[in-house]
Amino acid sequence: MAPELLLLALSVASYAVGALAALIVRGMVGRALVAVGALVGSLATLALGAWCLATGATLAFAAPWLPLTGLALRADGLSAFFLVVVGLGGAAASVYGFGYSAHYDGRYSLRLLGAMFNVLLLSLAIQVLADNALTFLVTWEAMSLSAYLLVLVEHDQHGTVRAANWYLAVTHAGFAALVAAFLVLAGGDMTGSFAAMRSATLPPATRNVVFLLALVGFGTKAGVIPLHVWLPMAHPVAPSHVSALLSGVVIKMGVYGLMRVALDLLGGGPPWWGGVVLGLGAVSALLGVLYALMEHDLKRLLAYHSVENVGIILLGVGAGLMFQSYGLPGLATLGFIAGLYHTLNHACFKGLLFLGAGSVLYATHTRNMEQLGGLISRMPRTAACFLVGAAAISALPPLNGFASEWLVFQTLMGGALVPHPEAAIGMAIAVAMLALTSGLAVACFVKAFGITFLALPRSAEAERAREVPASMQVGMLVLVGMCVALGLTPFLVVPVLSRALAGLGGLPLTPIGFSLRLPFSVSGVTGEMSPLLVGVGVLLLGTLTAVVLRGVADRRLRIGDTWGCGRVGQTPRMEYTATAFAEPLRRVFAELYRPTEDLSIDFHPKSKYFVRSIAYRSEVEPWFERLLYTPLLSALRGAAVRVRQVQAGSLHLYLAYMTIALLALLVVARWSR
Amino acid sequence: MTAAFVMAAAQGLLALFLAPGVVGLIRWLKARLQNRRGAPAWQPYRELRKLFQKEIVVSRNASWLFHLAPFVVFASTLMVAVLVPVLAAPLPVDRIGDLLVVVYLLLLGTFFLALAGLDPGSAFGGMGASREVTVAALAEPTLALAIFALARGAGSTNLGEIAARTMADPLSAVSPGHLLAFAALFIVMLAETGRLPVDNPATHLELTMIHEAMILEYSGRYLALIEWASALKLLVFFVLLGNLFVPWGLATALTPGAVATAAGALALKLGVLAVAVAVLETRVAKLRLFRVPELLSASFVLALLAVTSSFLLR
Repeated sequence: MAPELLLLALSVASYAVGALAALIVRGMVGRALVAVGALVGSLATLALGAWCLATGATLAFAAPWLPLTGLALRADGLSAFFLVVVGLGGAAASVYGFGYSAHYDGRYSLRLLGAMFNVLLLSLAIQVLADNALTFLVTWEAMSLSAYLLVLVEHDQHGTVRAANWYLAVTHAGFAALVAAFLVLAGGDMTGSFAAMRSATLPPATRNVVFLLALVGFGTKAGVIPLHVWLPMAHPVAPSHVSALLSGVVIKMGVYGLMRVALDLLGGGPPWWGGVVLGLGAVSALLGVLYALMEHDLKRLLAYHSVENVGIILLGVGAGLMFQSYGLPGLATLGFIAGLYHTLNHACFKGLLFLGAGSVLYATHTRNMEQLGGLISRMPRTAACFLVGAAAISALPPLNGFASEWLVFQTLMGGALVPHPEAAIGMAIAVAMLALTSGLAVACFVKAFGITFLALPRSAEAERAREVPASMQVGMLVLVGMCVALGLTPFLVVPVLSRALAGLGGLPLTPIGFSLRLPFSVSGVTGEMSPLLVGVGVLLLGTLTAVVLRGVADRRLRIGDTWGCGRVGQTPRMEYTATAFAEPLRRVFAELYRPTEDLSIDFHPKSKYFVRSIAYRSEVEPWFERLLYTPLLSALRGAAVRVRQVQAGSLHLYLAYMTIALLALLVVARWSR
Repeated sequence: MTAAFVMAAAQGLLALFLAPGVVGLIRWLKARLQNRRGAPAWQPYRELRKLFQKEIVVSRNASWLFHLAPFVVFASTLMVAVLVPVLAAPLPVDRIGDLLVVVYLLLLGTFFLALAGLDPGSAFGGMGASREVTVAALAEPTLALAIFALARGAGSTNLGEIAARTMADPLSAVSPGHLLAFAALFIVMLAETGRLPVDNPATHLELTMIHEAMILEYSGRYLALIEWASALKLLVFFVLLGNLFVPWGLATALTPGAVATAAGALALKLGVLAVAVAVLETRVAKLRLFRVPELLSASFVLALLAVTSSFLLR
């Protein structure tokens, strides 16, 4: 048996064992078996992807004897890359989950959590390998439903059920679009294999319809604005290691699907396809980070950042699609590489940040940043891990977020080579939006880390926080290692990614020549950098400074109070809050936020110069969501009310319906033959 | 090759030791323009020496991050100084970092300094950190578009490449794209280095400060490192403005004569920019914090025009 098939069998078997163990075995042993099953399965998935990428091996497996169209699996470069993403995210989350799910024992269903966690990982792994429409759609639905059940684990918490319902509704609207897309693509024949779809020649109008349907379907999964409404609701309420998986890996399936359909099955299209993707990416990135800034629920903040980062990924992918249709394959490859690189990086740092937020939640039982603070001295390892994640997502060199954002920047700057001014200026504006996004991300993560971990604790829970168990630390440390490693070695990562893309949708078969320090020989665009040398340089200079200072400068150090303008005794109430920290930006973007403010002052009855109490409430709600979804929802409700009349509750009526339906079907069947 | 690396290290060191002098020069020029006698230009060196010899006082609430931040800020700014073409271009360090690396390394310093501002838990630190990151975030798009305009001309984001291309094509230095990008970058420089009208480097008046509020808890050698790094940041921006837009004088070959010319040209450019900043700071008042975004959006429009004009005029 070929090693690929062995690894695939191992991962499927291992996930299955993990899922079954969750149902049968209870207590700590059960949790351990779940974690081991998921871990071994994820490592096998990771190994399978890495093996296929390294050797160029392609896995092909078909089970046509299964009902309907049978199961068909095939691994090309793109599948292999996403297998790596799934394996990496799954491995870290499963190790972390062992410790994290301990406090669920007796409160929530560990059976549901463990079983669905493994099912989710299994369906993710199979889905990226799917080679016919039905396999893809079935695993897609399995992924959505298992994710839905995972979101529901903490069902008695405020807002969980509502979030899960939203998720279910939006994801099924997306699923309907996907079914339609594949039906149109395969000409109504759902047995169609991907190979047949690739070779089919469709009229341009049909191709446009397929593209738009796929964009809606995959956009809902990826959380592209305005289809993102479910994401900031559903991701925060899931158990934290599941949130890490949902944000790090599951939403990337939208990116995978979009690339699979638009680039591979359709083989690229007119420039406006790329333009639409680019525009959606830019808007998602900017609005995602702007709404993240206004959040002081730590996990919701991270969820909005997932919207932002999907936007950045789509900037790369959209630019790639545009360059491809303008006949600039070198730049197109660069764009796709940038998108894929950021996909992998986001899986690492967002996974890490959600695990870090989970640790905070585990230790303090609150996600509200206004009640946190001072955790850096109480949970030093979690703080250090979160700091690395925060720096990576803020695209600070030499960590991984910087490497991929640099590539996105370079791709967009290649827009200057496009002979159409509207495209070139569009890309210039995308550059500016990306820059603003990354600047705001820095502001947001200074807030997220600074308010959560630094200064004095703002509540008794934060005061009592203790460092989390070892398994949770290991889960975070794995991802810290990946953030550093992926950031320092783009010269190793980029050639692998270009191999993953080679041959897809008319891209050049031979990988583009990326030399050691990541200059790229794309005509007209050059830029070079080496995060490894930058990192080493900063480290060396910092150490050198410390050594020189030791010799030259005064070494005395006195511990004193924080300066309080002469006031003695500092309390947490004097600290800046998360809301205050984001206030300047809220004012700057007031037109966009349109905050609602409510100020009521209770004066002393004798004199209005004496204030008894002040109540201030301010909320920022994404108004465009209401603008978009309120009419949609009321139309749906109206339709539902009208349909309800059909359901009168009379058995005779239902029997009549069935008879009429049967007769109608028979007539149709007869007529269509 | 070795000579080139030595040159890179040497110009980093030169920038490091020149930086406080430039700040001193601006202060002295401002004093003269305001009919004051003013401290000599080397006063900042004395201040640094004094700070290095003082004991430091650290808040009992501060964590290890507070002790780490000054070194990160200093080292990342110094790394930037090694990367930018102070005297010679192109150098092999161009392969280590381009203009985007320069911008993001400076952002790394801002990130740590802002965190250190929040660390002791004082309201001033939080206020300064919040304002600093706001200004930094709003300056980012202008910076990126100015880079785009420069890279568009040179076909590269490499610093050496940009300087070399302008030298090869002198007319491009007076193209509208170039001039507009220069103006945009000049405004961003004022914002990023905390000069008037965005922030007042001379005041310690509590409610108006940005940078000074953030570093209020620092003292002794830590403060010295931070002050030195911010002086260096100013110099780096001066060098970018002087040597990317008006690259003449830069040594293209590593001969003693060329380097001496480059040193002279550098002194001249720094002098002109220092005078410009000093005059500006004497003429304008500090903007209210919530008027700063208007200034930055003006600079953004300039940068966008720079890019657009370079597309339309090709």
